[in-house]
Amino acid sequence: MRSDPSRAGWGLKAATWAGVLFLHIPLALIILYAFSAEDKSYVFPPPALTTQWFAAAWAREDVWAAIGLSFRVALISTALAMVLGTLAAAGLARTRFFGRDAISLLLILPIALPGIVTGIALRTAYHTMEIPFSFWTIVVGHATFCVVVVYNNAVARLRRTSPSLIEASMDLGADSFQTIRYVILPQLGSALLAGGLLAFALSFDEVIVTTFTAGQQTTLPIWMLQELIRPRQRPVTNVVAVVIIALTFIPILVAYYLTRADEQPNGR
Amino acid sequence: MSLALSAAAPVMPRGGALRRLSDLLYTRRGLLMVALLGPPLLWFGVIYLGSLFALLANSFFALDEFSGVVNRSQLTLQNFREMTDPANVDVVLRTVAMAVSVTLACGLIAFPIAYYMARYARGPQKALLYIAVMLPLWSSYLVRLYAWKLLLAKEGAISWVLAEVHMTWLLDAVLSTPGIGGNSLSFSRLGTFIVFVYMWLPFMILPIQAAIERIPGSLLEASSDLGARSGTTFWKVIFPLAMPGIAAGSIFTFSLTLGDYIIPQVIGDSTLFIGQVVYRQQGVAGNVPFAAAFSLVPIVVIGVYLWIAKRLGAFDAL
Amino acid sequence: MTVAVTLEAVSCVFGSGAQAVRAVDRVDLTIEGGEFFTLLGPSGSGKTTCLRMIGGFTLPTSGRILIGGQDVSHLPPYARPVNTVFQDYALFPHMNIRDNVAYGLMVQGVERAARHARADQMLDLVRLSGVGARRPGQLSGGQRQRVALARALINQPQVLLLDEPLGALDLKLREQMQTELKALQRQLGITFLFITHDQHEALSMSDRIGVFNNGRLEQVGVPQAIYNRPATRFVAEFVGAANVFDGARAREIAGVDSVMLRPERIRLGASPQARLSGAVIDAQYFGSFSRVRVDWGGEAVSVDLNPELHPDLPTPGDTVHLHWQADAVHPLQQGVAP
Repeated sequence: MRSDPSRAGWGLKAATWAGVLFLHIPLALIILYAFSAEDKSYVFPPPALTTQWFAAAWAREDVWAAIGLSFRVALISTALAMVLGTLAAAGLARTRFFGRDAISLLLILPIALPGIVTGIALRTAYHTMEIPFSFWTIVVGHATFCVVVVYNNAVARLRRTSPSLIEASMDLGADSFQTIRYVILPQLGSALLAGGLLAFALSFDEVIVTTFTAGQQTTLPIWMLQELIRPRQRPVTNVVAVVIIALTFIPILVAYYLTRADEQPNGR
Repeated sequence: MSLALSAAAPVMPRGGALRRLSDLLYTRRGLLMVALLGPPLLWFGVIYLGSLFALLANSFFALDEFSGVVNRSQLTLQNFREMTDPANVDVVLRTVAMAVSVTLACGLIAFPIAYYMARYARGPQKALLYIAVMLPLWSSYLVRLYAWKLLLAKEGAISWVLAEVHMTWLLDAVLSTPGIGGNSLSFSRLGTFIVFVYMWLPFMILPIQAAIERIPGSLLEASSDLGARSGTTFWKVIFPLAMPGIAAGSIFTFSLTLGDYIIPQVIGDSTLFIGQVVYRQQGVAGNVPFAAAFSLVPIVVIGVYLWIAKRLGAFDAL
Repeated sequence: MTVAVTLEAVSCVFGSGAQAVRAVDRVDLTIEGGEFFTLLGPSGSGKTTCLRMIGGFTLPTSGRILIGGQDVSHLPPYARPVNTVFQDYALFPHMNIRDNVAYGLMVQGVERAARHARADQMLDLVRLSGVGARRPGQLSGGQRQRVALARALINQPQVLLLDEPLGALDLKLREQMQTELKALQRQLGITFLFITHDQHEALSMSDRIGVFNNGRLEQVGVPQAIYNRPATRFVAEFVGAANVFDGARAREIAGVDSVMLRPERIRLGASPQARLSGAVIDAQYFGSFSRVRVDWGGEAVSVDLNPELHPDLPTPGDTVHLHWQADAVHPLQQGVAP
């Protein structure tokens, strides 16, 4: 429902913008701190501004190793999630059968239950089956909770796609595989891309399930967590934080623009 | 018309295995469903449900204290008995209390924002607000946590601001209050509370906004047409219809707070929350069975909460 | 004349047990090659399901479907020599018009230059030259409809299925398209199988009509036969306005149990030596005719009058005398024999 903005009370407007500021000031502060010359504490305001810490962060081996691991994990997990999520969406989007809602719930569960439950469940399973921690133990956890992100995007798009498009394609002589290639995938395209971007961001940032399934390995969030608990070189951490903000900012914005039309109830 | 349409040309069939497979999948819908849903269901069934089952099973094993090895040959309720120790019960109560207060605070702060977004914001302002709320939601949890570490630090921005307005005495008074205070804001219960509220705020804003947006404008018009003033319209029409959105948002804030172990560890005083106990037990203590048993607590609590939320209509708003 | 499509005892049942819905119930139908055949009926009567079974989008639960003599009952759509014009046109939004029309050739592997040339030819055929580079979203409803037609004809199908293609068009455009479709069909000589719920459309365009009701085919025949000699009460009332009498009244008029009398076959006369007389209930003016309802012992009889002959509408309450010729009365069967 829509009312004239000028009729909103000033109290309401103040509360709204105060809330938005509350959400964003901490992020702005981090960006400021990345340039702070002080390296022993979090003193405010920063005594001087410098860009030296960017070079220092660039030189840190452990940071690069963590970024590399996070990146590889996110890539593989996203790929797996995209396959599983698309298959599930294709199977569930327009069908109605007994148990359909239960399956939807199952897909959402890894994100709906607290991360600690998913994390310890996987940890327990690995422990019981005596599987050692490895790259794949992390990927399995990540792929599992990334599926629902891709699934939601794919289902939203499939619901907006007219089923007669598939029938028309087959009517004109294209078999199932040709139809997938020439009609279904192009229709799904941007939704899958958006889902993949979101899944990537989710995996890149995830820390709770990862700490349970990584053992001694260090992803970027785990690195960040260690720095939070026992700071080694505060300014470098600030710089890394700014880099993370930038890295996750972009996929989110792109994904938003790709699927804006799917959110509106009236579509196009 | 010089179109050679006299004789109907036959449709050229493509031969090959792919076409035969396509025929099979078309005529046997059941097979198609298996092909589509098989892989995801197998993954989720084996990996996810399987590990949840392993969790449940492990909670009935016990750690042999002398050998440090988990005894899998014998089922026992020892873990559950341990959980009734006063220390552990304290942990649970503390965590639930925090979850409830965070949920209430988030609701109070989120509602005006969501209301303004849904009812009054238009066009570019609306898109801006939406992105402004969505970005923190999706950007790194740890970075946002780190930002608060900076803000709350003894020498950080908040202390500085309070010093500038000569209100440091207020901060000292709060910090010396037992139960919510601590050495500094960044190591206190109050600090933990503030950070929780900050983290989950977007999760509360978006469902409420969606719920209010779904209220047809004609309802408000009908209400004022029947003589109600804006206050009455708000409490009698808008708020009840926004309730499912509030309930949906509260599921997130409650559940996320209940299971979190990182914020209490980074920002908190040294009292323990559920998540921390689980984390420590499976890590340092090597007592995976106890951790498993303890992690059933948040599951049960959330189950109860979900049941209450469902009665309030939260699932219609998700 | 060869037979284009045959349905042998075709049924389509959705669901099972107590909730089973017989969308199509043991239909037998033969459609000749080169004819314009219309499936006519209200929503839910089974005509669309029948079309979908012929196209291959729904599979029959029992019976056989033959196209050009070949049993296609369980073949997928891409293996059948039929093409469809869909109700919502189903143009591919991510392709331009030329690629849409050429799609059928593209999936067969025809190379680009040849298929683009053919596509342009087809667009000329439907009088839509020059829009090849545009996207479906940029065209009007009527133009999209022509594109759908061109796309469906490019594979030179034995049968063209048209699923209520004119439903979304406004009246003038519809009438224009009706004429064009009929002319196109004559020109190409392809069998057209047309679905509509509009009886005027069916009567004006078809060589033969099949009337559906509740999943059964109630009557098949040329338009004049359907209109003047309807087999059942349903057909009589669906195709045009009808006065239907049962029981004692029917026997009084014609000596059988059920009769139909079209309103336009009844005359208003001065002579009391009429078939029947009664008081006027109401009278309405429709421009090209006026409809008067006359009370006959509790039942309303509709009479359509030529306004030129009766410029003043009869007043409610007046007594009028109705005449008709013997052959205007048509006996009806009691429902369709199972």
